[in-house]
Amino acid sequence: MTFKEVQEQAVAEWEALQQNQKPRIFVGTATCGRAAGAMAVLDAINKELSKRNIDAIVTQVGCIGLCYCEPMVDIVKPNRPRITYANVTPEMIPQLIEDYLVNDNPRPDLAMGTIGKGSVEGIPDFMQLPLLKPQVRIVLRNCGIIDPEDIKQYIANGGYSGIARVLGMTPEQVIDEIKKSGLRGRGGAGFPTGQKWEFCQKAPGKERYIICNADEGDPGAFMNRSLLEGDPHSVLEGMLVGAYAIGANHAYIYCRAEYPLAIERLKIALKQMEEYHLVGNNILGSNFNLDITIKEGAGAFVCGEETALMASIEGKRGMPRARPPFPAIAGLWGKPTNINNVETWADTAVIMQKGAAWYAGFGTEKSKGTKTFSLAGKISRTGLIEVPLGIKLREIIYDIGGGIANGKQYKAVQTGGPSGGCIPANLLDLTVDYESLAQAGSIMGSGGMVVADEDTCMVDMARFFLTFVQSESCGKCTPCRVGTKQMLNMLERITRGEGRPGDIEHLQELALMVKSASLCGLGQTAANPILTTLRYFKDEYEAHINEKRCPAGACTALVNYYILPDKCEGCMICKRNCPVEAIAGDRRMIHVINQKKCIKCGTCLDMCPERFKAVTKVSGKKIAVPSEPIPVVAKPKATQDTKVAGTP
Amino acid sequence: MQDRLVKILEPYRGQRGAAIPVLQKVQEELGYLDEESISEVANFLGQTKNEIYGVASFYAQFRFERQGEHVVRVCQGTACHVRGSHRILEAVQLELKIPEGKNITDDGKFSIERVACFGSCALAPVMVLDKTVYGRMTTSRVRQILAEAQGDKP
Repeated sequence: MTFKEVQEQAVAEWEALQQNQKPRIFVGTATCGRAAGAMAVLDAINKELSKRNIDAIVTQVGCIGLCYCEPMVDIVKPNRPRITYANVTPEMIPQLIEDYLVNDNPRPDLAMGTIGKGSVEGIPDFMQLPLLKPQVRIVLRNCGIIDPEDIKQYIANGGYSGIARVLGMTPEQVIDEIKKSGLRGRGGAGFPTGQKWEFCQKAPGKERYIICNADEGDPGAFMNRSLLEGDPHSVLEGMLVGAYAIGANHAYIYCRAEYPLAIERLKIALKQMEEYHLVGNNILGSNFNLDITIKEGAGAFVCGEETALMASIEGKRGMPRARPPFPAIAGLWGKPTNINNVETWADTAVIMQKGAAWYAGFGTEKSKGTKTFSLAGKISRTGLIEVPLGIKLREIIYDIGGGIANGKQYKAVQTGGPSGGCIPANLLDLTVDYESLAQAGSIMGSGGMVVADEDTCMVDMARFFLTFVQSESCGKCTPCRVGTKQMLNMLERITRGEGRPGDIEHLQELALMVKSASLCGLGQTAANPILTTLRYFKDEYEAHINEKRCPAGACTALVNYYILPDKCEGCMICKRNCPVEAIAGDRRMIHVINQKKCIKCGTCLDMCPERFKAVTKVSGKKIAVPSEPIPVVAKPKATQDTKVAGTP
Repeated sequence: MQDRLVKILEPYRGQRGAAIPVLQKVQEELGYLDEESISEVANFLGQTKNEIYGVASFYAQFRFERQGEHVVRVCQGTACHVRGSHRILEAVQLELKIPEGKNITDDGKFSIERVACFGSCALAPVMVLDKTVYGRMTTSRVRQILAEAQGDKP
């Protein structure tokens, strides 16, 4: 069968599936869906269908990106658009199936939106929802829509037409097209992809390698995981394109072992590619050969760095080396090697499918196309998004992300992970592109965005990242090995309330030294979280050092919990739940926390009934409380009394 | 022991850069890497014990001590940190009565691991018990999940 025939067959099957007279049910079972309970929902669906003898097609799909709505279930009935239901529980399933599948009531009260042609009364168009409208889904176009374990569904939606086109071009033409698209590395540094490919293509030597960096090590980012789980073929197609352009016959995917589902989906995808002659020798009948090997990372953040990653593939400690020679000249096994990030590869596939001009139509002059971001932390709508570059940060946080959770105040967004920085409220109108983010002291990074609110301490945030980079520093160069340790020691002291005058200046000096003298990207950017928090949140450092106070109330050593005597009703709830028995008091006795025993876990604050609100957390001050439990003084129940009085 | 290792190692004969996949496979089969298995791997690959231990100790994935029958992993990523993962970690340690400075219960039933990130940040804080991922964790859910797990006799 020629590829054209495969395409025709795939399209025909896809069309038939769309026209199918059986109802179809889609369950998002990517890692985040599973964490929210999607597998139990899937079980409930299968049970209910067999109980009622309903013939329906149940498909597991990847993540559509609305993690805060997980588990999500979509139902399609013939001649109706797909309806998305959010936050589905196994308990809801019997009713939903009875209402929609049996009695044809689509339950607009539970539905979130419709996808595809047509509309359903009372249900909005999914893509027009405020959180989706500003998004442009190019890389994520198939995630949550197609079955990631079925290559034909990818082919039916334009998949592998990019490589089919590329095989009729010269490598130079392909590189030229990638250059024209304006694509820059999505791993974070933003180097022009076409130019990078050209370096490697022109390097002397016969044997060449390409590598897909799927070692998403930034703690707080999950774009690559979602893409690999939701649409692995798009990444693999991009690798075919790149290998052809560069002249490589060997490819590696270096994926972190913490992503078992992504690895499983990649393995399935590779098997299917073999069936359709999309990998191995004579790809699609051409002279182009490529073998693709999956390498599981073993957990080292520094392996995100190119030379360290290659050392790791070679079976060594993942330590970076000095450059030059650059990997494009001497990389894996000493041969010319080109490394790109998961998202970059997926971008190149779609560029070759739809053309450079189309892709360059999105984004800004210097930052073309779209970028995926993962929104997490104290934001209302957590999830995975894709936006055109040049969008304002405010649009991402407020329009798409729905602002800060629980009515709290925005404090900062951390972009670029441990190598990035924090961006404060007065810079919310910043446009998201490589240059603007760098100017603000942060980086684009691979796309992690963690939002901090008023309860997040920025000194603690810096300490958190330093703990991370210090333990991940490979130890090869002194500035990074010793510098990160010293900076961490100082930050730990400051967050413990043992800061000293001069610490800020010292920290600043050390940070600049580590930044300028370290060997690789890890060390060169390790101080960014300190430098940006010092730049925008110096007052928080000063409060910790001078007043021994944590303004956000987050640094455990600087906070105390108290039970307010005028509010405590002696209900014993906090006492019963205290894990270390630090609370004294009997029924109708004002409870007292033993400050020496208290581990400051905050359980009492969480457990104290909303109507009493008797537990308080303070920093930098003491609250007068009895030294031991005393009887609760009967209080006039003002609000209740008025109610009683007002009731006839 | 030796026979078991030979079986594990054989498929990797002649492969370039096999040290990490070999160690991963050995750990998967034996649960952890002891001195004997490090020596065997070194012999097999024609490298020194030092080199192999150097590789193994570089990566977070490799363990040199036995794990509990059940493994609780608590995510320490940025999103989880901002959403209070240290409280989840403390609650796990308290609930399982893990001795200070240790990662395993005295009866060897449970061990605890701190993990950099599972990539389920949108559901932070996240905890994983064996192979099940639990999102949106609270201290009371820790107690509930672990109490159930402690009741189950494997």
